[in-house]
Amino acid sequence: MLGYALRRLAGAVPTIFVVITAAFFLMRIAPGGPFDQERTLEGQVMENLNAAFGLSDPLWRQYLTYLGNLLQGDMGPSFIYRDFTVGTLLKAGLPVSVTLGSLALLLAFLVGGALGVVAALRQNSAVDHLVVTVATFGITVPNFVVAPVLSLVFGVWLDVLPAGGWQTGHLAPMVLPVVTLALPQVAVVARLIRGAMLEALTSDHVRTARAYGLPARLVVGVHALRAALLPVVSYLGPAAAALLTGSVVVESIFGIPGIGRYFVQGALNRDYTLVMGTVVVVAVFIVVFNLVVDLLYAVIDPRVRYD
Amino acid sequence: MLARFPRHATALAAVAFAVTIFTVVAATAPARAATYVRGEQGDPETLDPHKTSTVVEAAILRDLLEGLVINDAKAGIAPGVAKEWTLSDDGLTYTFTLRDDAKWSNGDPVTADDFVYSLRRIMTPETGAKYANILYPIRNAEAVNTGKLPPEELGVAAPDPSTVVITLGTPAPYFLELLTHQTGLPVHRGSIEAHGAAFVQPENMVTNGPYHLVSFAPNDKLVMEKSETFHDADEVAIDRVEYIPFEERATCLRRFEAGEVHSCAEVPREQIASIRERLGDEFHIAPYLGTYYYAINSARAPFDDPRIRRALSLAIDREFLAAEIFSGSMLAGYSLVPPGIANYVPEDEAPVLDYADTPMLDREDEALRLLEDAGYGPDKPLDIEISYNSSEDHRNAATAIAEMWRPLGINVTFNVRDLPAHYANLRDAKDYDVARAGWIGDYSDPQNFLFLNLSDNDGFNYGRYDNPEYDRLMAEAGEETDLAARAELLADAERLFLRDMPQIPLLHYSSTALVSSKLSGWEDNVRHVHPTRYLSLAD
Repeated sequence: MLGYALRRLAGAVPTIFVVITAAFFLMRIAPGGPFDQERTLEGQVMENLNAAFGLSDPLWRQYLTYLGNLLQGDMGPSFIYRDFTVGTLLKAGLPVSVTLGSLALLLAFLVGGALGVVAALRQNSAVDHLVVTVATFGITVPNFVVAPVLSLVFGVWLDVLPAGGWQTGHLAPMVLPVVTLALPQVAVVARLIRGAMLEALTSDHVRTARAYGLPARLVVGVHALRAALLPVVSYLGPAAAALLTGSVVVESIFGIPGIGRYFVQGALNRDYTLVMGTVVVVAVFIVVFNLVVDLLYAVIDPRVRYD
Repeated sequence: MLARFPRHATALAAVAFAVTIFTVVAATAPARAATYVRGEQGDPETLDPHKTSTVVEAAILRDLLEGLVINDAKAGIAPGVAKEWTLSDDGLTYTFTLRDDAKWSNGDPVTADDFVYSLRRIMTPETGAKYANILYPIRNAEAVNTGKLPPEELGVAAPDPSTVVITLGTPAPYFLELLTHQTGLPVHRGSIEAHGAAFVQPENMVTNGPYHLVSFAPNDKLVMEKSETFHDADEVAIDRVEYIPFEERATCLRRFEAGEVHSCAEVPREQIASIRERLGDEFHIAPYLGTYYYAINSARAPFDDPRIRRALSLAIDREFLAAEIFSGSMLAGYSLVPPGIANYVPEDEAPVLDYADTPMLDREDEALRLLEDAGYGPDKPLDIEISYNSSEDHRNAATAIAEMWRPLGINVTFNVRDLPAHYANLRDAKDYDVARAGWIGDYSDPQNFLFLNLSDNDGFNYGRYDNPEYDRLMAEAGEETDLAARAELLADAERLFLRDMPQIPLLHYSSTALVSSKLSGWEDNVRHVHPTRYLSLAD
């Protein structure tokens, strides 16, 4: 299995290369540059700046320089955070995004999983309808609505949690952002588990398990649930990559210094290097989590083997 | 048979949720005593004063560094590192005498050489200073900044450690105003030589202002603490400041209402009515030195016809825009130079559009007549494309203006770009009929607004105005040392502008702010300048 994993990772290198190349040139197609702001610059000043940032070279040379630097781990200076390199910004922001994202993922998995199982076991009961309703609600209400409402209710009116902000090492400011991030995932996980569980409960191997007289706890908890987890795992792979690399909405509404905002800030301000940096990080996360999903399949589903 | 499981699973879900929440809430809240939490409109791009350009950077740097002269709480000019200064009779030479107790945060004295070094540094082309041109009135500044002369030729000298002499190329009565801009701030030579571009990192940065930098994390906060080396440290009441960047004004408002932030530099416009009601005196609104206007591409037919430009301006109901589109957060604008500016003719003589007080119905009639004279009307409609940079406010304003033009038989289409693309188009391609633009004064002087229309100002002359008479008046004003006579020349130039209307002034900006009742010393002013050193915080 290790060999398989390594082969997959090696196979991902061209993918990431294509992503980087496409992103690099797409960014440059957008009109305007990093120094076009409301106050237009004098021609000479603009030339001075372009020269200082290597933007006056031909595009192909800039591209080769960027690739060369990237291979050495240098993602270049940021244009909008001019006192920082892209590497420093990502290094500071990534742990924050990963912390929030993994807590949200955990919450979504536990709560969504439990709700889904309950709903499946009591199909068409009041509990089931409630779970389905809540899940639909969770999927349809966007987080740019949920976030300000939570912040207003718990931060301003009830005053039990911070309305926003971040304190490294403090948990209170994480509650509302984590809940906001987790809600739609709870909903999706609950629905997936419910559906897969209903199917699993009527499948042959579960019926066989019951026929053997295994306790219901084992039948549901081990045999049915294991099969029901497969679709959830396929869903959570890409979802995890997205969650762990931060959310623009949640970060800007709660004032969290993650990396989710950098992509949008970078794109809007033509901060070429910052956009490229976030693209690389997101691409790597997606590749890695797709691999993790495939490996987990082998663990959960005895029919899957990688040799 | 399965009846037991649901209860288990429900319990599991409840426990999982509860455990997560309780672990999290159990964490202690941090102490906030004696810290002023200051909400700003965003992060600084850089803390190198020579590379800055934004108002957020101006606010932060005003707390960290002190120039020769500074803005006081009311944005007036006050002595900074210079305790006094004189101006030669020809209006060209300023001699500043420095105070002897000014110190850098590492204990070094602040000397005249620091200012010579700093002004030369900002003009050196390799520095890549975005705002270098603001100091172009200094003799040879432009030549140095464009690499035609060495930095030593710049008109700044230090005859002795406590005297700075700045020589101008032409008289500039607003020069002291210019020096309050962050480009005039000194930098610490020793730390730049030791650390290069990294001299702005918290562990390296040496400052001479009331505060020194403790930490800076983008999208999180910038922390500074009071410098005991500061000459006026006894008068500085607040010990620690946390600058919080807010991309969304509504976020700052929520945190203000939750008591987590003491001031917000801006409020969400659409909520002004309800903010006024809820927060009362904590809501501040004040005139601001800025104009919101529509540039008309007067180099392109049919907009080269002044009748058409006048008709377009006549038909715009500015009071409606101010009250309805901008919820009273902007003032109707009938001039390019905003009211309240320094060095100008008295307010009641200041140039305004001749139809400022004419009822809208009469203005529309005149506009229809003008368009008819120019050959347009309901049977031959005029097509206009309005370009603006994407933002809800700009979209609403453009939509309203399109509606106001419609009765004149004008068909409006829109071209929306994001900010860099919009301004790149205005500067380079110049492919627009009518384009939104705005200008916030860098310093309080009419020249800073009127220079936008000089025929050789390729970067900002979005109306593509080319009137030798206007250029001549501006040049004459540039040579005039008598302030009253200069103001008259500038006013004449603005009258020409308002007659020819290459850019349609629409609104004057106001600044809005939320200021906690715990925070005292905050004075509303046209520059929206509020140095922390003049503020104090009650518990």
